[in-house]
Amino acid sequence: MAVCIAVIAKENYPLFIRSVPVQNELKFHYTVHTSLDVVEEKISAVGKAMADQRELYLGLLYPTEDYKVYGYVTNSKVKFVIVVDSSNTSLRDNEIRSMFRKLHNSFTDVMCNPFYNPGDTIQSKAFDSIVSAMMVQAS
Amino acid sequence: MMEPQEEKPIIYTMENKPIVTCAGDQALFTSLYTPLAQQLPREPMEWKRSYGRAPKMIHLEANFVQFKEELLPKEGNKALLTFPFLHIYWTDCCDTEVYKASVRDNMMRWQGNLRLHGSADWVIVVVETSDAKKKNKTNILPRSSLVDKIRNDFCNKQNDRCVVLSDPLKNSSRSQESWSAFLLKLRTLLLMSFTQNLGRFEEDMRTLREKRNQPGWSFCDYFMVQEELAFVFEMLQQFEDALLQYDELDALFTQYVLNFGAGDGANWLGSFCSPVKSWTGLLLRRPIDMEKRDGIQRGQASLLELRSYLFCRQCTLLIFLQRPWEVTQRALELLHNCVQELCLLEVSMLEGALDCWVFLSCLEVLHRIEGCCDQAQLEANVSHTVGLWAYATDKLKSLGYMCGLVSERGPLSLELNRTVDLLAGLGDEKAETVHSLQSPYKKLKEALSSVEAFERHYLELSHAAVEMYTAIGRMRSARLVGKSLAEFYMRKGDPEQAESFLQNALGSYVSEGWSLPVTHTRKQMAECQKLLGKTENYLQTSALLAGDANLTNEERIHFCQEILTFADQSTDSKAQKVALSMSYFAQLKQLQFRPATATVHSGTALQVELCLRSLMPVAVPLEQLAASVHFNLEQGETNGKTRGPQRRPYPGTVLFPLGNSSAMPPSAAVPSLELEEIQDRSPSDPRTLNSTGMVCKNTHLVMRRRDSSPSPDTPNLVSPVPVVMEDGAKMLMSGDVTLLPGNNSIVFSVPSQELGTYTLRQLCATVGQVQFVLPHISPLVQYEVYSQEPQLTVEPLTDQLLAGLPQRAKVRLQTGHYTVKKGDALQLTNIDSIPILTSSSCPATIFNSTAERVDESVLFIQSSDKVTSISLPPTPPYHTLEFQLEVLCVIPSDPVRPENQRLTNGEIHHRPRSYSHPDNHMTAINQRMSVDCPWSIYSTPISLTFYIPFKAKHSLLSAGNRKYIQVCLQNVSDVNFHLMDQRLTEKHHESSLELQSLNTKAHQLVCSKQSVYCVWDVRWKENMPVCLQCVFSASFSSASEEVSAFKPYHYEFQLERVTTLYSVRAEIMPAAGQQNCHSGSLCGLEMSITRLAEPDDDEEDDGGTEEKGQTETEEVCSTKLMYEVAGSSWVVYGRSSGLVSMPADANANHRVQVELMPLFAGHLPFPDIKVFKYLPPSANSASQPDTDSCVENGMLSLIDRPLDDQGDTASFCSQGSVHSVGSGEQQSRVLPMPRLEPFSPGQVFNHSQGCQVLVLPSTDDCVLEINAT
Repeated sequence: MAVCIAVIAKENYPLFIRSVPVQNELKFHYTVHTSLDVVEEKISAVGKAMADQRELYLGLLYPTEDYKVYGYVTNSKVKFVIVVDSSNTSLRDNEIRSMFRKLHNSFTDVMCNPFYNPGDTIQSKAFDSIVSAMMVQAS
Repeated sequence: MMEPQEEKPIIYTMENKPIVTCAGDQALFTSLYTPLAQQLPREPMEWKRSYGRAPKMIHLEANFVQFKEELLPKEGNKALLTFPFLHIYWTDCCDTEVYKASVRDNMMRWQGNLRLHGSADWVIVVVETSDAKKKNKTNILPRSSLVDKIRNDFCNKQNDRCVVLSDPLKNSSRSQESWSAFLLKLRTLLLMSFTQNLGRFEEDMRTLREKRNQPGWSFCDYFMVQEELAFVFEMLQQFEDALLQYDELDALFTQYVLNFGAGDGANWLGSFCSPVKSWTGLLLRRPIDMEKRDGIQRGQASLLELRSYLFCRQCTLLIFLQRPWEVTQRALELLHNCVQELCLLEVSMLEGALDCWVFLSCLEVLHRIEGCCDQAQLEANVSHTVGLWAYATDKLKSLGYMCGLVSERGPLSLELNRTVDLLAGLGDEKAETVHSLQSPYKKLKEALSSVEAFERHYLELSHAAVEMYTAIGRMRSARLVGKSLAEFYMRKGDPEQAESFLQNALGSYVSEGWSLPVTHTRKQMAECQKLLGKTENYLQTSALLAGDANLTNEERIHFCQEILTFADQSTDSKAQKVALSMSYFAQLKQLQFRPATATVHSGTALQVELCLRSLMPVAVPLEQLAASVHFNLEQGETNGKTRGPQRRPYPGTVLFPLGNSSAMPPSAAVPSLELEEIQDRSPSDPRTLNSTGMVCKNTHLVMRRRDSSPSPDTPNLVSPVPVVMEDGAKMLMSGDVTLLPGNNSIVFSVPSQELGTYTLRQLCATVGQVQFVLPHISPLVQYEVYSQEPQLTVEPLTDQLLAGLPQRAKVRLQTGHYTVKKGDALQLTNIDSIPILTSSSCPATIFNSTAERVDESVLFIQSSDKVTSISLPPTPPYHTLEFQLEVLCVIPSDPVRPENQRLTNGEIHHRPRSYSHPDNHMTAINQRMSVDCPWSIYSTPISLTFYIPFKAKHSLLSAGNRKYIQVCLQNVSDVNFHLMDQRLTEKHHESSLELQSLNTKAHQLVCSKQSVYCVWDVRWKENMPVCLQCVFSASFSSASEEVSAFKPYHYEFQLERVTTLYSVRAEIMPAAGQQNCHSGSLCGLEMSITRLAEPDDDEEDDGGTEEKGQTETEEVCSTKLMYEVAGSSWVVYGRSSGLVSMPADANANHRVQVELMPLFAGHLPFPDIKVFKYLPPSANSASQPDTDSCVENGMLSLIDRPLDDQGDTASFCSQGSVHSVGSGEQQSRVLPMPRLEPFSPGQVFNHSQGCQVLVLPSTDDCVLEINAT
């Protein structure tokens, strides 16, 4: 489904980033990094509007010719970014949302691990398999 | 007949209105047209919609045209714009005849025509004018009747199809009422017609759409039909609905393309798959692009044309709806989508054509938006337009690369051909923009025409995009555009321009910790710096890249080689070496001291082992690895204090946190919490804990606000912090080291000659001309060199040393810097009764500084009277020599010794000479000796404390004239002793004296804390000596030791005035005539004091002066005694004390009677009778200042008495003395006071001591009882 999935720390450094076509890894890094601009814009816009019942899903951050970049931000300002191939039109908003929810759940599990040091890059196998499942499915 | 050509002008102006035809009296209509056209749109009507669509308020307008039969739509014509929605028949006929003659027929024909075409939307208007009525009154029917007639003729059951308009041109209230009723009717009917006809149209349209899967269905046909609906909505100003139609078409088409992609191709799509020949871009200046519409209608449009047309219509409607920002957003989506669709449909297209199309379209949309918004609006909505700008920039860039406009040499012929082909596809410029200077078409054409023009346009666009991104705070996007600008500059061979852009981008990636972009950008940076000839920066970047795990090994080796090449190259020149930060080159991982304490005494070998992790991909030969050391002379550290390892929390190994591995950004890696446990103990008892907790030691770092901007001290930053090697410091050197990739271990031998603290400050690796410097070593790494004086300590082996028994003490000699040579000896000098060192040889153990047993040997001890010499085995410095000595402290027979003994070295001993052990009240003796050591000219004083295990007490017992001596020996130690051979001897061995032991046991066990009493009968033949000097001696040994030598114990004491001088005998007599004493009633006490011995020199000894006073005042041979009667259960009536004058001859007797009253009943002990020696005031004592001091004097003399003194004796005595003064005859003489002197315990013998007398209760009990209560 997704071609790139990234988890970005509150301080905007990547906690986890994986993309499917390995040769394009660098491009995805640039794409995800640039998408943080829009994430920040959306967070600040939402923050002003309604602070309490915030929607974690940020929606489509920006489309490019080849990819669609979706964003999601947890309450602790950890960002999830999912990049989807533009040609993959079968994905609806709801499916993206559920992907994010799954990702968030798995991330919460990672954080609950007492051996995980918050702020370190994620190296959990469980998390990795969740991500793989999301990426492999359609690609 | 309704040709599309005819529609064109109508649609073109977009001013078409729904058509309403007018039949009947044209002149009448013409007169009414103006007010009608004006008033119809004035009031809105609610339009109720079918299919649950929300009702809308709508202002109706109409285009009134004369009725022609041709206007009526033919069967199957789907044109809606030309559809007449309402037909009106106008008449002002009021004459029945006229009506019957012409009007009715006319109407019939009109109706017939309508019916023929199935049109049911008509209305007949009868205009009624008052003027007309007046003209021909003859055959005027009432208006109503004519209307009725018409209704009857035409409107069967549809009475509302005939409307009356009265006096329309008059300004009367009736006329206005009539107008409004008419207009309402008209609007209602129009809406009814819309609902009905549009409904029918939509129905047809839907049916057509349902057929979309049938073979012959064409999207283009359907497109035209639904667009018709959109036109109508647009005509009705319902832009929302119109847009909806286009959106539906858009979605339908998109779906088809997707289905096609999924393999489900529709035939009609074939036309869209044909190769694209024209890429003119969007055209948004016209509301409708008829050219493209024609193409669609003919089914010849390409995909781009269809999309362009569709978007153009959507754009127009959105701008009508004043939603320009949606246009930009949709435009971007459209462009992306088109690119995808073309790819999906596999439409063949000239390479770059799509880029041209996108570029043109982006600019066109931007121009269109600029055209309908003012500058302020535009600036506020940059976030909506910036995407298009960036996209256009991107496309222009790729066009430039494609057409060879970016390279330094200019385009190749192949590239020129391509440019020509691309330009051909643009066609001619459209008429609308021919005259504008800045049309997208012109821009593109110009940009592709020459390298310079391309550069100008590209830079303009790029800078605009960067500025816009910066303005809305999308810094990352701005930097990405900047980075691509940098790439452009690099291609153009202009690294100066590129550098700052790269630097910005790199800074951003580094600060946010994105390693892949960092690596990539850094590589570009390296290239740029190399071109610029910034050697130092280039080397720095190369070092970073050589250690970058994201690169392949070949790349890393390349960059490493770059450094090494530079390092080798310019060795000849004595230029300044290039200093680089070491953190990119190698990491200091661990530092280990040997020995681990990192504290050595001077002259010892200390080694430091560094663990350096080389980040380089290949082995790097270092000319030198140096660590600079800061030396700090510590004061007062050489005095031999032991410096335990507890000062250092780490056992000689310092681990360096792995900072800034490239995966972690510095912002996240900076402060880790430094936590420490704190314990708050109560000050009174350190074992109880008040509270405990954790504190963070580096809150100032952790809590510090972090800016998003990278901090200047970030080591990974692009421009390296200048690293300077400190000069003048001490250096640890290690030459010719080869650093292999990974961990390397390098050992330094550390100089340890000078005393003090050494701190490792910097580390520097030299490779040819390059130095890698680690400017700070953190955490602090220190080692210490110290020197220690030799030290000698002696401490007891057991808890306490007991005097009198051989005890063991441990002697520890810490050699410090001194080497004990063969023949060195300790000279122990004893002071008086000092422990005796026994045993001639004893084993000794030598330990090294880490308390490991090194050697054992035997000591030889030579003892002379005062000096003991211990020969020491050879011991290396900083070792410890331990051996045990057996010491014996003789218990002094006389515990009283002079205070402030002086030691041999002249030091005054300030401790109390003997004191009690706090736990068991053993008397302690401090024994000192001074030791002369070979390393010092001064002797070392050593003190040992011994405790005397025994306490002895003696007492003199009398029975009349006979005397007994009792000695009590108390074992105060914790040890049990065997005791034997107790003896009491007189020192002077007077022959007349005999001490006869009354003790039965010769051998006794004295348990801990228990006492043994021994009694001797004292017998003498002649005169009793005044003073008896006795020595009690016994032998004791510890009961716990099996074979034990008995040690002697001596106790010396002195007894004085042993002889009994007086005997006192008392008797209590009941009152006369009574058998017994009764409580509460008086009885008599008769005491007789008898002199038993001559007042010989014993009394003369007491004090000459007193004796003289005595002789002056009284007769020569008498002594004055004072008696005193007191008892707690007795009350003395009359005088309780008095003076008695005793004659000097033996057996002299004196009787005294005192009246007493017992307070209680029972066997009461006799009252105490005390006898004192009375010393009358003498002339010598007249100089005494006042009575108080005199009394004090008396008190003092009383206190001095050694035995049987009660606590209140002093006060009693002083009372007594005052009393006696008051009663005495010397009352007139105030100053000289008489004195009382007690007798020694054996001098007065009381016969009645311990006697009791029976006291019966008083007869009147009840009185007493009342008193008692």
